[in-house]
Amino acid sequence: MKNPLKKIGANWLFLIAVALLYLFLGLWNLQIVVSALEVFLVLLKKMLPILGVVFALVFLSNLFLNPKIVSRYLGKGSNIRGWPVAIVAGILSMGPIYLWYPLLGELKAKGMRDALIAVFLYNRAVKIPLIPMMIYYFGLRVVVIVTGLMILFSIGNGLIVERLVRKEGKTGA
Amino acid sequence: MESSRWKRAVRGLLNNIKMSSPILLGVLLLIGLINTLVPKEFFSRIFTGNNALDPLIGAVFGSIAAGNPLTSYLIGGELLISGVSLVAVLAFIVSWVTIGTVQLPAESLMLGRKFALLRNGISFLMAIAIAVLTVLISGLFG
Repeated sequence: MKNPLKKIGANWLFLIAVALLYLFLGLWNLQIVVSALEVFLVLLKKMLPILGVVFALVFLSNLFLNPKIVSRYLGKGSNIRGWPVAIVAGILSMGPIYLWYPLLGELKAKGMRDALIAVFLYNRAVKIPLIPMMIYYFGLRVVVIVTGLMILFSIGNGLIVERLVRKEGKTGA
Repeated sequence: MESSRWKRAVRGLLNNIKMSSPILLGVLLLIGLINTLVPKEFFSRIFTGNNALDPLIGAVFGSIAAGNPLTSYLIGGELLISGVSLVAVLAFIVSWVTIGTVQLPAESLMLGRKFALLRNGISFLMAIAIAVLTVLISGLFG
């Protein structure tokens, strides 16, 4: 017999689990749920334009990119040139990290290296528009050092993640 | 040939939206809940004043926190003013912007569970390392 949970899909199960959490919390304290939903709506309104850009990129990647091209620039065959591409794209990408998962999932399916996905995600933490705010609180010296270290560590992060994912894959197989 | 490429691209986009929409909505709902349940003043009460323990505490709570990086800088700035060590504050803000505990289910579903767990775990250790190194290097110039 087929497992009905598998038919629903992990993505919908996740949303159902969160909805149930809201439901149980609502039974206990309705005000918390109302406030959380208000925050949710504000966030959703803010995210929609960025999500539009991300889905436009997903569409363009489906239209123009094939596994051969992705492999050449961001895959195993990209050698050294994939790293600056992932770093700069990560720094320049806007919006919260989770909005980029659909595009990265698409590129991964087309052959993007795990290391470069990790590098992209890590460099999303470097926010150029917010640097003046950081300097105000922490000073120029600290901001320059911490930003430089984050970019440097992103490469280490990518290499270690890729190596361990591959190793786990081998031992798990 | 050309029209089939467009059709394929549209179909791919629709599949992507169908797959990712429930996950993104779930993450936004979770962030809404955490932002409501955890008031910003909470963070100023978690640090102990212990130089060895505070960076770890900063990294743990920075990983769990969710929201705009700007919020992390504001909280970090206030923590510094209230006397929390720079290394603890840096561990807090670096883990806030590089680790996504709330987004972990979404990252696992779309990029693979092993990848998501390893990436976030390694980022946690790196947040502490970056905080310590920043303070050490900054001290050399200063």
